[in-house]
Amino acid sequence: MEVAVTKFSFTKATDANDAVLKASSLTNAAFIAGGTNLVDLMKENVARPGALVDINQLPLHTITETEEGGLMIGALVTNAATAYNPLVEKHYPLLSKAILAGASPQLRNMATAGGNLLQRTRCYYFYDTATACNKRNPGSGCPAINGFNRMHAILGASEACIAVHPSDMCIALAALNARIHVLGTGGTRTIGFNGFHRLPAETPEAENNLQPGELITAIELPAEDFSSHYQYIKVRDRSSYAFALVSVAVALQMDGNIIKEARLALGGVAHKPWRNPVVEEHLRNQQISAPLLQDAAEMMLAGARGYGHNNFKIELAKRVIIRAINEAAGIL
Amino acid sequence: MSQHTIGNSNYNSQQLYDADETIPVGFTVNGTHHTLQLTAATTLLDALREYMHLTGTKKGCDHGQCGACTVLLNGKRVNACLILAVTKDGADITTIEGIATADMLHPLQAAFIEHDAFQCGYCTPGQICSALGMLQEGRANTAEEIRELMSGNLCRCGAYTNIVDAILQYKNGGGRD
Ligand SMILES: Cc1cc2nc3c(=O)[nH]c(=O)nc-3n(C[C@H](O)[C@H](O)[C@H](O)COP(=O)(O)OP(=O)(O)OC[C@H]3O[C@@H](n4cnc5c(N)ncnc54)[C@H](O)[C@@H]3O)c2cc1C
Ligand code: SF4
Ligand code: FES
Ligand code: FES
Repeated sequence: MEVAVTKFSFTKATDANDAVLKASSLTNAAFIAGGTNLVDLMKENVARPGALVDINQLPLHTITETEEGGLMIGALVTNAATAYNPLVEKHYPLLSKAILAGASPQLRNMATAGGNLLQRTRCYYFYDTATACNKRNPGSGCPAINGFNRMHAILGASEACIAVHPSDMCIALAALNARIHVLGTGGTRTIGFNGFHRLPAETPEAENNLQPGELITAIELPAEDFSSHYQYIKVRDRSSYAFALVSVAVALQMDGNIIKEARLALGGVAHKPWRNPVVEEHLRNQQISAPLLQDAAEMMLAGARGYGHNNFKIELAKRVIIRAINEAAGIL
Repeated sequence: MSQHTIGNSNYNSQQLYDADETIPVGFTVNGTHHTLQLTAATTLLDALREYMHLTGTKKGCDHGQCGACTVLLNGKRVNACLILAVTKDGADITTIEGIATADMLHPLQAAFIEHDAFQCGYCTPGQICSALGMLQEGRANTAEEIRELMSGNLCRCGAYTNIVDAILQYKNGGGRD
């Protein structure tokens, strides 16, 4: 009847500083927000926190405009409330579209912005405590590399881990150059989106650059206009309620047929949302054409490697990139 | 965001509960107030089924993957299996037991019967709560939108087409479509 195999203590944070203090002083503590990932992993005995610090009552539930004309999304705003927020729909429709491509309506009503960033991989071996897994149990090995790896990474993987970050929301946030505001015992700091998640390298258990006990307080969207030319395409094994095999977020600024500014982020292919500034630079100030997009797709997948069951993702990603850019530009 | 320093004299630490300790929680479920003592590890689904004996809400997967446990929490549809009950102290909850009035079926329930929108019925409480939550959200206007926005509710019996028909009939005001 109870969710966890291991025992944990429980406390509610009274404010953000209290949350940080509790999370950094209690042994093996974890924040709990929507619980949609953490409770699931606790039931599987994959996550075994010693203490849960409930942050749901903190005042991080609003979306406000920043002085610079961007948006500040509180860490506890639900994915549904973000996607359907009028300011997000108007100025950052790419974010709405990506969020609505993820999970289910019920889950989006529960899942929070902060929790979405920190959700763990859906690698089957990571979830199965009967198997080895370097991410769950560092040094035990990675059975996915020579095992079932249909959903696994083709870019940026390591000998230690080939898992992917499963988020849709984060792919749009990466393309939009979001910034993550965090609070720790040393005060507040801001992390650029590209510096937030990590590649697996030798330490796949470390998925992001948060310090122990640090609390995400908000996600900031800079004041940039990508509301006219954007696309999010998610390819999955069924047409709804499934994680991405490959997803592509595109945000463009166009002048006629000329790409003035391009953002391109891939999901389902790496341990973090995958961007490549060289490709975006290659597209800038160019007239849109089939060879240009073919080049961009090839460059984006440069160095890609399949592990057997996921080889198809390389060609698939190229095709989805080309389609997504064409659709974002308005060329069908 | 509050900015006062850690450890100041106003610091009001709430209690730390040990794993085996129970925590007082209150819910209004279908209009009735319930006060319970639950461990932190108890899900809202188990609180409803095992402690309040409201077994209409079903446990399918217990992992957020099927929608059988869908209830309305402060008016919003959620998966009760992934919620720790203690994190929702004070919430207003509607389960399938709270949908009908006295001996009158809710018109959506009647539409499910009329359209044969189930076989075994295991997914039905979740389907009905989810559909009511969806219609409150106001984003589902066409059959296609209903299919997408009901995708969080699986039906092993495959009654999907009839479920969409039942929801459409209710949404369009009741009469046969
Ligand atoms: C069946 C199913 C299908 C799904 N499909 C998709 C999908 O298609 N696409 C997709 O993108 N996602 C999908 N998800 C994942 C879902 O989006 C995430 O589980 C959710 O976003 C996590 O948010 P949460 O608030 O529930 O996090 P929680 O489960 O509460 O927390 C997750 C982690 O974040 C930490 N945390 C939470 N808030 C903070 C904070 N403010 N500061 C610091 N740490 C914090 C917690 O300690 C925990 O480690 C799916 C989930 C399920 C169960
Ligand atoms: S891919 Fe990563 S998460 Fe999956 S088994 Fe290997 S080490 Fe574990
Ligand atoms: S029992 Fe909750 S979603 Fe399946
Ligand atoms: S009616 Fe049997 S699962 Fe839906």
